[in-house]
Amino acid sequence: MDFGPYLLLALMEGTVMAAVLALTAVGLSLVFGVMRVVNVAHGEFFMLGAVVAWFVTHYMPGPPALAFAAALVICPLVVGGIAALSDTLILKRLNYDPEATIVATIGLSYIFQQAALTFYGPDARPVEAPFNLRLQLPWFGYSGYKIAVVLAAMLLLLAVWLLMTRTRAGLIMRATQLDRNTARAFGINVDKVYAGVFALGAGLAAVAAVLIVPIQQAHYLMGHDPLLLSFIVVIIGGLGSLRGTLLAAVIIGLSDGVISVFFSPTLAKILATLLVAMVLVFRPQGLFGAKP
Amino acid sequence: MTRAIALHLAVLALLFAAQFILPPYHHTNIARIMVLAVFAMGYNIAFGYTGLLSLGHALFFATGLYATGLGIELWGLPAAPALVLGLLAGGAIAAATGVLALRTGGVSFMIVTLMFAQAGYLTILYFGSYTRGDEGFVIARAARSLGPLDLSSDTPRYFAALILFALGLLANLALVRSRLGRAMVAMRENEERSRMLGYNPFKVKLTALVISGLYAGAAGAAYGVLFGYVGASFAAIQYSIMPLLYVLLGGAGTTLGPFLGALLMFYLIDLSSGVTTAHLFVVGAALLVLVLFAPKGILGWLRDRGAKWLP
Amino acid sequence: MAAIILSARGLSKHYDGIKAVEAVDFDLQAGQIHALIGPNGAGKTTFVSLLSGRIPPSAGRITFDGADITKLPAHERVARGIAYTFQITSIYANLPVFDNVALAIQRKGSRTLRADTMAALARVGLDPMADQIAGTLAYGHQRLLEIAMGLSMDPKLLILDEPTQGLANAEIDAFNTLIRAVTPKTTVLLIEHNMDVVMDLADQITVLNFGETLATGTPAEIRANPAVQSAYLGG
Repeated sequence: MDFGPYLLLALMEGTVMAAVLALTAVGLSLVFGVMRVVNVAHGEFFMLGAVVAWFVTHYMPGPPALAFAAALVICPLVVGGIAALSDTLILKRLNYDPEATIVATIGLSYIFQQAALTFYGPDARPVEAPFNLRLQLPWFGYSGYKIAVVLAAMLLLLAVWLLMTRTRAGLIMRATQLDRNTARAFGINVDKVYAGVFALGAGLAAVAAVLIVPIQQAHYLMGHDPLLLSFIVVIIGGLGSLRGTLLAAVIIGLSDGVISVFFSPTLAKILATLLVAMVLVFRPQGLFGAKP
Repeated sequence: MTRAIALHLAVLALLFAAQFILPPYHHTNIARIMVLAVFAMGYNIAFGYTGLLSLGHALFFATGLYATGLGIELWGLPAAPALVLGLLAGGAIAAATGVLALRTGGVSFMIVTLMFAQAGYLTILYFGSYTRGDEGFVIARAARSLGPLDLSSDTPRYFAALILFALGLLANLALVRSRLGRAMVAMRENEERSRMLGYNPFKVKLTALVISGLYAGAAGAAYGVLFGYVGASFAAIQYSIMPLLYVLLGGAGTTLGPFLGALLMFYLIDLSSGVTTAHLFVVGAALLVLVLFAPKGILGWLRDRGAKWLP
Repeated sequence: MAAIILSARGLSKHYDGIKAVEAVDFDLQAGQIHALIGPNGAGKTTFVSLLSGRIPPSAGRITFDGADITKLPAHERVARGIAYTFQITSIYANLPVFDNVALAIQRKGSRTLRADTMAALARVGLDPMADQIAGTLAYGHQRLLEIAMGLSMDPKLLILDEPTQGLANAEIDAFNTLIRAVTPKTTVLLIEHNMDVVMDLADQITVLNFGETLATGTPAEIRANPAVQSAYLGG
C-alpha cells in the first residue's frame, strides 16, 4: 500500500479510537468535575461493560443485532447500578476525601477484576458485531461497523452535552459542581446527584466498552489502557472541562492511532504518559484550559 | 524512649530466632517479607511521615532491581557493587521524580508519580532486548554471592535479608527521632506553618523522597540478588499499591507498621489461597476495609489507645 | 533617629483589578513597636503578607536589614529574621506543645534543643504543658503557643496579625508585658483592633484605608489627626 492510503487507514483507525476514548474520558471528566473524585476504578467499569455485553449477547436468543442492541441498554444500566451502589456504600462514607477516595477506588478496581476473573474467566472472548458490512474504498476495504461506532459515539456525546446544558438534571449537576453546600441549601439532594453522576460516568464507560467489544474482545484486564488514556485525555484537556476533554480525546486518539501504525505503540504510550506528567507539573489547568 | 528501642531490638531478636524455630517452609517467606518491608518502610517515610501519597514507588523499587540485575548480567559486576548501584539508582530516580512531581501537591502529585511509574514500566518493555520485557531474566546463581556467602541458599539469604531489614529499621527509628524527622512530620501536619518557620517545603519533601527512594532501591536490589529474578511486573502499578497497602494496614507513620503490614498481608494471602484463589479480592477488600474503618492501621489504632510512645 | 530595619516603596497588590494594597510607602524603625490599624478590608493582612513573602507583590520593592528581599521566598525571609504569626491560630494541632516550639528553634541549629525549647515555653508559661497535644490546649494557650513559636525564632522583626483576638483581659496584660520585654532587641509590627493595646504598646502607628496609607505618626498624632478620626476612629 502507498503512503497516502496507509495514512488514511491510520487516521480512520485513530478516529474509531478517539470516539470510544471520548466517551470513556467524558465519563471520568464528569465524575471529577462534579464530585472532585479521581476514579481509579473507571477502567474497571469499562471492562465490566464489555464483560456484561458478552454475557448478554451470549445468552440472549434471537438475531445478533437484537442481542447487541439489548447489550447497549443493559450494560450501562447494570454498570451504572454497581457504580451508584459503590458511591453510596463507600465513597459517601469517606466524605469524598480526595486521598481516601483514590485508595478506595483502587480497592474497588481489584474487587471488580476479581469478580470478572471468577465469573467470566481468564480468556479473551469475542462478541459478534450486530452487522457485517464492508465498505470498499479504492485502496482497501473498511469495516462498516467501525464507522457505525464513530457515529454512535458522536450521538451519545451530543446527548450528554444536551443533558448537561439543556435539562433540569444538567442544571442541578452544574449547580452541585459549583458549590455543593449552596446546592444543598437550595434543596438539591446532593447525595442523589453524586450517586447519579457516578453512575452516569460509569455508564458512559460501559457503553463505550459495548461499542468496542466486537472489535477488541472482552477480557478481565482490559480496563487498564482505557483508564490510562482517559486520565491522559482528562488531564491534557483540563480537569473537569468537557470541551477540553473532547478536544484532547480527538487529538490523543488520532495521534495514538497514527503513531501506533508507524511507530511502536509502547513508545507512543511512554511519550503520552510523560506528556501528562509534564502538563500536570507545568500547566495544571491543562493544555486547553484557561489560566486560573 | 528506651521502651521504643527495646521493642525494636526485641522484634529483631525474634526474627533472628525465627530462623531456628520456624519450619523451613517459612524461611523464604520471611526473608521475602523482610525485603518487602524495607520497601514499605521507604514508602512510609514519604507517605506516613511526610504526607506524600505516591502512587509510583514501583518505579524506585524496579530501578534498584534493574540497576543491580542489569549490572550483574550486562556488565558483569560482582554482587556487592551491583547492590550499591541499585541503592544509589533508587535514590537518584526518586530525586529526579521529586524535582518535578513536588512542584505539585495532593491529587496531582499522586497522578504525576503514577504517570512516571507507568512511563518507567513501559520503558522496561520498550527496551526488551536488554530487559527481556515481561518475561524478565534470571540472575545466574554464581553471581549471587557476597564473598564466601552463597545468597541463593536458604540460611545466608535469610540473614542477608535480616541484616538489611535491621539496618533499615534502626535507621528509620533514628530518622524519625531526629530533627529532620520532626521537620518531615511538620510538613505533613501543616505545610504553611512550616514555611513560616523558615523551612523550605520543597527541600524537606525532596530529602524525604530521596531517602524513601534509597530504601526502595535497596529493597529492589536485594530482591534481585536474593531471589534471582528480574522482571517488568515489579515495575507495574501493583508494586506501587503494595507498599501503600502494607503501610495502611500496619499503621502509617509508625516505624514497625510497614513490617507488620507486610507480614500480615503476606500470610493473609498465603493462608487464604488454601480457601480461595481470589487474591485480588483479598487485596481490594483489605484496602476498602482499612480506608473505611481503620485509616490509621493497627499500630496507629494502638497509639490512639494509650501506646503513645510507639515511634 | 533609630535605623530603619524594613522599608517598602510603592508596594502594591492587585487581585483581578481590585487594589488590595496600592502604592504603599512604609518605614519601620528598628527596635520600635509599630502598629498597623485600619477598618476591616483595609488591606492590613495583605500588606503584612507581602512583607513576609506569603504572597508576591504586583509592584514595589521591599528592603530588610539593608538588602532587597522583594524576590525572596517566604522561608528565606524567615531565615533572615522576619517571623510571622498567623491571624487564625496556626499551630501543629496533632503534635505535642514541645515539638511545636522545638520546630521553631531547631532550624537555627541549636545545640541544646531540649533546654532551649523548655526555656522558650517557660517564657510564656506553657512549660508545664510541654507534653500535651497542642490541639487540646485552651484557645488562649494556643494563641500564646503561636506567639512563643514566633519569639523562639529569635527574629529581628516579629509580625503579629491580631495577636490578642479572643484573649481575656488578664491574658492581654500578660501579652503586653511579653511584647514590651522583647523590644528593642526585636522590632515588632502588629496588626491590632484593640485600641487599648495599640495605644498602650505602639511607638508608631500607621493607618491603612482602602489599601492606601492614610497617616503615620505617634499615638498622640494619630489620635489628633482629623482624617483618621473621620475614616476610622468614628470621629
